[in-house]
Amino acid sequence: MGTGKEAGVYVASTPEPPHTELVRRLVFIMNVTFLLNGETVQVEAQPTRTLLDWLREDRGLCGTKEGCNEGDCGACTVMVTDESGAKALNACILFLPQLHGRAVRTVEGISGPDGTLHPVQQAMIDHHGSQCGFCTPGFIASMATGHLQRRRDHDDVLAGNLCRCTGYAPIVRAAEAAASAPVPQWMKDSVPQVKSLSYAPQTLDELAQWYAANPDATLIAGATDVGLWVTKQLRALPSVAFLNRCVELRAITHAEDTIHFGAAVTMTEVLETVRDLFPSYAEMVRRYGSEQVRNAATIGGNIANGSPIGDNPPALIALGATLHLRHGNKTRDLPLEEFFVAYGEQNRAPGELVTGVTLPKDADGLRCYKISKRFDQDISAVCGCFNVTVEDGTVLSARIAFGGMAGTPHRAHQVEAALTGKLWTAETIADAAAQFDADYTPMSDMRASAAYRLEACKNLLHRYFAEISGQATSVLEVAP
Amino acid sequence: MSVARPLPHDAATLHVTGAARYIDDLPTPTGTLHLAFGTSQTACGTISAMNLAEVKSAPGVVAVLTADDLPFANDVSPSVHDEPLLTTGTVHYLGQPLFLVIAETHLAARKAARLGKVTYQEDTPILTIDDAIAADSRFEDGPRIWTKGDVDAALAGAPNRVRGTIEMGGQEHFYLEGQAALALPQEGGDMVVHSSTQHPTEIQHKVADALGVPMHAVRCEVRRMGGGFGGKESQGNALAVSCAIAARATGRPCKMRYDRDDDMIITGKRHDFRISYDAGFDGEGQLTGVDFTQMTRCGWALDLSLPVADRAMLHADNAYHLPSARITSHRFKTNTQSATAFRGFGGPQGVLGIERVMDHIAAELSLDPALVRQRNYYEAMAEAGLSAPLTEHPPEGISEHETMGRGTRYGGKYSPKPTVQTTPYDMPVTDFILHEITEALLKQSDYHTRRAAITAWNAEQSVLKKGIAFSPVKFGISFTLTHLNQAGALVHVYQDGSVHMNHGGTEMGQGLFQKVAQVAAHRFGIDVDAVKITATDTGKVPNTSATAASSGSDLNGMAVANACDIIRDRIAACLAELHQTKTEDIRFKDGQVFVGGAQMTFAEAAQTAYLNRVSLSATGFYKTPNLAWDRIKGEGTPFFYFAQGAAVTEVVIDTLTGENRILRTDILHDAGASLNPSLDIGQVEGGYVQGAGWLTTEELVWDDKGRLRTHAPATYKIPACSDRPDIFNVGLWDQPNPAQTIYRSKAVGEPPFMLGISAFLALSDAVAACGPAYPDLQAPATAEEVLRAVKRARA
Repeated sequence: MGTGKEAGVYVASTPEPPHTELVRRLVFIMNVTFLLNGETVQVEAQPTRTLLDWLREDRGLCGTKEGCNEGDCGACTVMVTDESGAKALNACILFLPQLHGRAVRTVEGISGPDGTLHPVQQAMIDHHGSQCGFCTPGFIASMATGHLQRRRDHDDVLAGNLCRCTGYAPIVRAAEAAASAPVPQWMKDSVPQVKSLSYAPQTLDELAQWYAANPDATLIAGATDVGLWVTKQLRALPSVAFLNRCVELRAITHAEDTIHFGAAVTMTEVLETVRDLFPSYAEMVRRYGSEQVRNAATIGGNIANGSPIGDNPPALIALGATLHLRHGNKTRDLPLEEFFVAYGEQNRAPGELVTGVTLPKDADGLRCYKISKRFDQDISAVCGCFNVTVEDGTVLSARIAFGGMAGTPHRAHQVEAALTGKLWTAETIADAAAQFDADYTPMSDMRASAAYRLEACKNLLHRYFAEISGQATSVLEVAP
Repeated sequence: MSVARPLPHDAATLHVTGAARYIDDLPTPTGTLHLAFGTSQTACGTISAMNLAEVKSAPGVVAVLTADDLPFANDVSPSVHDEPLLTTGTVHYLGQPLFLVIAETHLAARKAARLGKVTYQEDTPILTIDDAIAADSRFEDGPRIWTKGDVDAALAGAPNRVRGTIEMGGQEHFYLEGQAALALPQEGGDMVVHSSTQHPTEIQHKVADALGVPMHAVRCEVRRMGGGFGGKESQGNALAVSCAIAARATGRPCKMRYDRDDDMIITGKRHDFRISYDAGFDGEGQLTGVDFTQMTRCGWALDLSLPVADRAMLHADNAYHLPSARITSHRFKTNTQSATAFRGFGGPQGVLGIERVMDHIAAELSLDPALVRQRNYYEAMAEAGLSAPLTEHPPEGISEHETMGRGTRYGGKYSPKPTVQTTPYDMPVTDFILHEITEALLKQSDYHTRRAAITAWNAEQSVLKKGIAFSPVKFGISFTLTHLNQAGALVHVYQDGSVHMNHGGTEMGQGLFQKVAQVAAHRFGIDVDAVKITATDTGKVPNTSATAASSGSDLNGMAVANACDIIRDRIAACLAELHQTKTEDIRFKDGQVFVGGAQMTFAEAAQTAYLNRVSLSATGFYKTPNLAWDRIKGEGTPFFYFAQGAAVTEVVIDTLTGENRILRTDILHDAGASLNPSLDIGQVEGGYVQGAGWLTTEELVWDDKGRLRTHAPATYKIPACSDRPDIFNVGLWDQPNPAQTIYRSKAVGEPPFMLGISAFLALSDAVAACGPAYPDLQAPATAEEVLRAVKRARA
């Protein structure tokens, strides 16, 4: 990809356009092409200009709202269509270059060109689904996308849309009422043919070379994390590359015993892939972020950012996953847990990128537990993943990993040792659970106290034992 | 006719198409500037130096203002002028506005606002209730104490006693539309302000003071808010005043909206409370006396904390007759955000206090908590206990003689009783209908059967436990500051028969505009589509009260009805003269006017009146009757009537992690003769979920420096879609209000919020299944707190 100068232009920004960030420095402008409510638009965009700001400030399309500016409320939800289909995304943390070659539909484009209401819009009126109305456009975008996909799991479709007025009941009634109505013709977006975009490499070779040469650059996949650097920390990112057009990074490859996820595979794709293989992991991923977040967030991003509270690493570590990295032409593999060195420190050289992760397909004993204040769209206080193999009543092997218990996602080696080779009994569990004290020294924060984290962690081993023994352990599975 | 029809929200179509405009959506003139505050990074101290050079030289910055630059009042307090817009040198909480950045863009303003170099001489902040007790840091001289009877003697002589303490956290409003304002400078120094506010007159007032102009030079307009919940009663002042000052200083339009994190860090929230109780009761669970001590953190400035704390005291009885009581209220001053109005306005905290007592008594006596509640209820209102005949205010056409309500039976077998019981503040309770509501709800929710089934289920489960609970609400309707109970309206009928309606209430999603439009349409006998709903505007209706205290429909509905009736009477008088008939024989119905034997459309009638030089414009006015209240003594009649309701909630908890969720909720709520059942049910459903959120997942966490750590939806968790009850049955009681309200409806904004308490009590019930001890559950009942309670129960 070189320096990018051939494709883009360096311009000195001027303060005239009111929407332009008034930064007296050189800014790289990207030429982005996408469909907006059915019409082709070409935008000269600064790389970190968000779709939401552009819609509202440049296009005067104010239907899409800013509720939180961090992807947690869904008021800015839009429908984005690409080769893989339509999906709901949060426009507040969606950078314009991510839209290159895709189609965007905002609330203004969900009604027909002649003003005909979409079935979900009519149903929301009929069922009193709006009160203050501020969250409503985002709900409409999520509902219309779910409607297009013929979804019936409304709670999951809408988990990323917060409403403070209605208590959600009338909104779900509306979604149910509209579910079987035909999809309006105007909702079916085609994907525009576009030229390659500079700084959005289409091959891994290109990307790896460029990143090795530009080790200070920021790689942006879904921007569910980096988006907040821009919208909340107000950081300038002078050098970026977008990964979403890199085909190899988006691949999911099945081998006989393993499955490989490219780093840019979204969490929605992970969810679909692991649903049958690892139902418990899938159930955790169902609660990972929200529909909008899973549609953007990638498994590679969740690993590479090194967060101690990411939900994938504990599951992947418990599974014994292998991480793949590449620096220029050099590739290397390592057990995932070795990637996390310390808080804020990963086993990754400057200019080296995470290219994917490989996990074994066989782990009947895997159970993943995500403890958070709210079930949906919440970061875990504790995320514990257990993968214990028991044969003839004796523990053959145990891999247990937690998020939220240390500065990194971390294995519970002492607990594993206390289980391995022992009889699979309540006594063994009680003895082993005590070993969490040796494995972890968690901290207190706004999500939970250290004491709760440690206690919950021990109790999750008891839950695992109870669940494997066939007892009811999940409040989510209890019917009224 | 229009009243009582379940019409959609007036802006529903605009909402779903994205066409409804909020402040930040209004097209702005070229050259509009954008504002942001630089805020304090410490909770308590004095500023030793504030270097704003980098702020001023940041890209896009036009000007930076500090307190010294403010031309007139530096005051955004809604009460006692203790809240400067910008600091005058002392810092009272972490997040306090220090300086104001005026820039070319919103982003430029936000970026520059972070560049201030401020050094502080830090003092030790008073952050918690315990800190405040130790420092005796409080508002008012000492605690407010209200008493009824001899509570000490009652407690001393009581056969049984329970004592305890419940802590309840505050709550972030999390209106989806953050605070926002836009000021448009006019000729001659006048100012037009668009504000997302529940209180346009207050905005007008504060802006006028800040600009040093009379109120007539400022006009505030509010079409709608993206949610308010009390959070926009006073908290919008700072933005509106900033915009006006900046617009005056620069001569350019100025807009300000808080980024969500700024909004949560700067603005006030629901008051958190610690309520201690000492209750005496007999073997049947009937109270003989209760002594409450309520402590609350008001934050750094007074704001609305006194009436909030008063209302907590006023609801210390909830639905229960307290033969003797002492209610002591401490209003602590702390170095935190200035706690403010939030749906219920202290009422929910007071109610939770007595509901905890009921629960605790039931546990002590091993009685069904619902039964203990029923035994302690106020006595039922007397048969036909209407305070005025139903027909006193005819609902529609002048000669229309149908009754206003849809039923007259009250109290049933529970009435009549000879004596009238009084509240702890000596107000007679004459409209109590919870006996009947409770009986109906327990039956239709199958409470007793389910309770038994849950006990059986729990016996078979080792990890999971279910719980079920019933809780009622009786909520006093009226502003406790009596003079606020007034409203004005302005109605025009145009010569084509279309109607322009305006009143002092604001629309924040509650459906006020539609309900009042239905009233207007009903008075004229026309379709509601013929009534144009217009933005609240201090230039049209002056001296308005905040749209708060659930009073919007009661007050503005009456004021609009008054204006409509004046115009209708003028039209009728004109037609009567022309047709040589009596005004009593003229009927306005179905878009027609019937004049003796003749008939014409409402438009023709309006045209006729116009040609005969009849004024088709009128103001309307209303003040709530019969209010008298002494807040210091705690005596009088602060309320016009009580709105009531009840809920049954079933939950399940995980005893290993404390995770929990609501399985089923059944509600019967009293909205009087509802003006619009669909909109009222919406208030009940939404209020319940918001109330349950307050007591479960919504946890505000400050660190030991006073920094709010839960300042965004990533960390502060309001209920999401799947948190609503799996089964959610909501019904309206739908009996006319004995008090003479508009069409005998009742206020419905706040009362259902308190039904969420049943979710908290159900969690406590589930925890109680884990062991012999009282769970002593504290709020919010996060998973962590539930797990703690499980351990307490087992101890």
